[in-house]
Amino acid sequence: MLNKYPLWKYLIVLFVITIGLVYAAPNLFAPDPALQITGENSAQVIDEAILSRATRALEEAGIEHFDELIDENGRNALIRLRSAEQQLTAQARVQRALGDGFIIALNLAPTTPSWLSALGAQPMKLGLDLSGGVHFKLEVDVEAATERRQEYYLNAVKRALREKRIRGMVSMDKQGRVVARFRSESQREEARSLIAENHPELTLERLDEGDNFSVRAAMTEQTRSEIADYAVSQNLTTIRNRVNELGVSEPLVQRQGKNRIVVELPGIQDTAEAKRILGKVANLEFRLVANMDAPASDKQQFEYRSADRAGMKEWLERDVIITGERVSNAQASFDQNGRPNVQISLDSEGGSLMSRATRNNVKRRMGVLFIERKYRTRYEQQADGTEVAVKIPYDERKLLTAPVIQSALGAQFQITGLDSPLESSELALMLRAGALAAPISFVEERTIGPSLGAENIRLGVKSVQYGLALVVLFMVLYYRVFGVFAVVALSFNLVLLLAFMSLLGATLTLPGIAGIVLTVGMAVDANVLIFSRIREEIRDGRSPQMAIHSGYDAALSTILDANITTLIVAVILYAVGTGPIKGFAVTLSVGIVTSMFTAIVGTRAMVNLFYGGRKVKSLAIGGPKS
Amino acid sequence: MKIINFMGQRKLAMAFSAILLIVAIGSLVTKQLNWGLDFTGGTLVEVHYSETANLTEIRGLLEGGTFDGAIVVSFGSDQDVLIRLPQGHSDKSGPALVELLQDNFAGTVELRRIEFVGPQVGDELREQGGLAMLLALGLVMVYIAFRFQFKFAVGAVSGLVHDVIVTLGFFSVIGLEFDLTVLAALLAVIGYSLNDTIVVADRIRENFRKLRRSDPVEIINISLTETLSRTLVTSLTTLLVLISLAVFGGEMINGFALALIVGVAIGTYSSIYVSASTLLLLKVNKEDLMIPVKEGAEQEEVLP
Repeated sequence: MLNKYPLWKYLIVLFVITIGLVYAAPNLFAPDPALQITGENSAQVIDEAILSRATRALEEAGIEHFDELIDENGRNALIRLRSAEQQLTAQARVQRALGDGFIIALNLAPTTPSWLSALGAQPMKLGLDLSGGVHFKLEVDVEAATERRQEYYLNAVKRALREKRIRGMVSMDKQGRVVARFRSESQREEARSLIAENHPELTLERLDEGDNFSVRAAMTEQTRSEIADYAVSQNLTTIRNRVNELGVSEPLVQRQGKNRIVVELPGIQDTAEAKRILGKVANLEFRLVANMDAPASDKQQFEYRSADRAGMKEWLERDVIITGERVSNAQASFDQNGRPNVQISLDSEGGSLMSRATRNNVKRRMGVLFIERKYRTRYEQQADGTEVAVKIPYDERKLLTAPVIQSALGAQFQITGLDSPLESSELALMLRAGALAAPISFVEERTIGPSLGAENIRLGVKSVQYGLALVVLFMVLYYRVFGVFAVVALSFNLVLLLAFMSLLGATLTLPGIAGIVLTVGMAVDANVLIFSRIREEIRDGRSPQMAIHSGYDAALSTILDANITTLIVAVILYAVGTGPIKGFAVTLSVGIVTSMFTAIVGTRAMVNLFYGGRKVKSLAIGGPKS
Repeated sequence: MKIINFMGQRKLAMAFSAILLIVAIGSLVTKQLNWGLDFTGGTLVEVHYSETANLTEIRGLLEGGTFDGAIVVSFGSDQDVLIRLPQGHSDKSGPALVELLQDNFAGTVELRRIEFVGPQVGDELREQGGLAMLLALGLVMVYIAFRFQFKFAVGAVSGLVHDVIVTLGFFSVIGLEFDLTVLAALLAVIGYSLNDTIVVADRIRENFRKLRRSDPVEIINISLTETLSRTLVTSLTTLLVLISLAVFGGEMINGFALALIVGVAIGTYSSIYVSASTLLLLKVNKEDLMIPVKEGAEQEEVLP
């Protein structure tokens, strides 16, 4: 029988639509403005007492709040607010009441009903242009990192030759290659094998000019890109750590291209504060652990940094062996027995300082301190009675580790006796964070005020509504009953599009909304193709049932070709484009896929239900009477 | 159905396209594009005044000082002001500018957005954009050559190049700002115009195979007439939503919507005239479109 779907096909259409409705639904529930309270240090537990201090501060300021909640492990608490305008005031009040040591972040708490979130349904995240916030693009100065490494090789070669008593001239040429010049060929060969042994990653070249025998050591392309990679990832980790201090609920820190880092901080307005924290320098200090009998004036006590050793303290000498500037690399690794360790490389000066300090102190312990610039807030009364928050900087020093010195150390040494690979990678990460990173600069910065974000949403929704209304009106007038089918399919296309994007965890941006609007316009194309075919078939004198059947069949390959080529363009947009272009490409390609389903399978199901399996004299598809 | 003689006017259409292209390229060469902040670098500040903003006053305030060379325009309404600083100001000048404006205004000056783009980013972006466009055209050409035939690929791509150049030319002639969203719109135009071209090409191929007649002009005319209503309806629905976007979408999306409106309009025209005319120029014929497997079989039959 023509134009009848088997039951399972109807069920599939029904199933897809139900799934679409469920996963698109969370976007209907507007999120509540909220404050999120976390401890600055991860050991801080948020309890009822802290929460009630916060809520009392809000009540005093007359700010309405509800549904306060502390999460299961007591790491953070959420307070929902009635009005978004009061969010900033509320943040300042709570910060004032709780004091330093707590991070009060602006947040948007989802109001998704629990049965929906139990199914994994989540609303779409809003991009910065819709939510307001700051977008930074940072560039890592990879050149500076490379130069530092060249400097390191120069000094390392000089030192190695001196130690082996090979006399020669070592210098750096304009390309940053190390050139060592000798009087005799045998000296050159000796030096060459020495360098090759110490630095297998360098490519060595022999140069003969008259009486001079030289060897030239250059970094390979691979080493160069490794240095660049290292410099970027080092900055990436430090920035990730610092962003958490800013009190942003959902920050985004992402590498982009070869040497860029994108940071997006929704809800933040104060760019100066954000830049200060992002550009902050951390440092390291290596000091010996003080002897028991050392006088109090020569030693200082420090706490451990990690949460599982919270409260434990150690006495360190006041003298500093080296600081983080001397550390050129730290990498988590394994020894011959497969036990985790951390390999540390120092520059040449650091190496000699380290060996001098450790030579006579074998079997003593050495502490590594992590230094961070922090800010204490003080509230000062102005002459006019208003209060201003003043930030006073101070350095916080905490102990990372204090291993026993097993032998005299040089420029390369390792920290062993770590419990797990997790511990070694964490330690390496902190050491790298404290080491001098490649300098970064801000190459792009965008601040979107919250009112503009809200307006963008309003305008975006409005243009989708009006656009949709115009298309609906036109389709129904032009294609009658079939137009109604197309319109119903179009609405479900929008639902599926939203559901898909929510499921993918895609971020909705203004260009993304533009993509949705464009999809609305173009999605009907498949139906227009099919309906014009059906009209043609009727004109050619086919029966209505035959016309429907062959209309859908004939249009299919055209629809596929047209959509696949558009999809090619969308994929290229996604691959090459950045930021806003990516957002547009995502909605466009998802829209193409969902529209093919709703326009072909969806409308066919409706047409079959309505016309299929019965005698039909004419189709209500509009157009000239045949 | 009455067959419309589209190809009868193809000389006229070609002349029209030629004029459009000459004007567009001429303007692109002499006037170039009004590159937006994304490409040039610099600083852009948008603020909202609680009362009507006095642009002359603001200009006077900024003149001569650290913000010399600032361009002040109103943005959407008379309370919204857009200020552009040329390349060379530091990334700190945006917030400083907002502060200065607030200090010199009795009401409130609300910060809407600050955008700072360093000089390194712009050039890269232009390169990337151009690359994306070429890549899109290249891949599309390969796909069509594979699915249809090489002559169709040339026809489609010449139509696309025509649309892109004319849309770019439109932006250049009017002096509209060319930013990242307009670039995205341009790539969407490629996608859209392609859609149209493929539908027409599909019908041309079908008719070459199905109809006994072999005059290419006639077959193309029949195909264009048959697809005309679909071409117009789809363009109309797309234009309807784009107009809605241009009218209600707000200032930030205006350039995007406008680029698409121009692109869709020109794309509709080009899929009828440019792509189809190119096919005729390349002397497309029945043999080009025979299904390869059958082609072999037929040849055997023809042999004496």
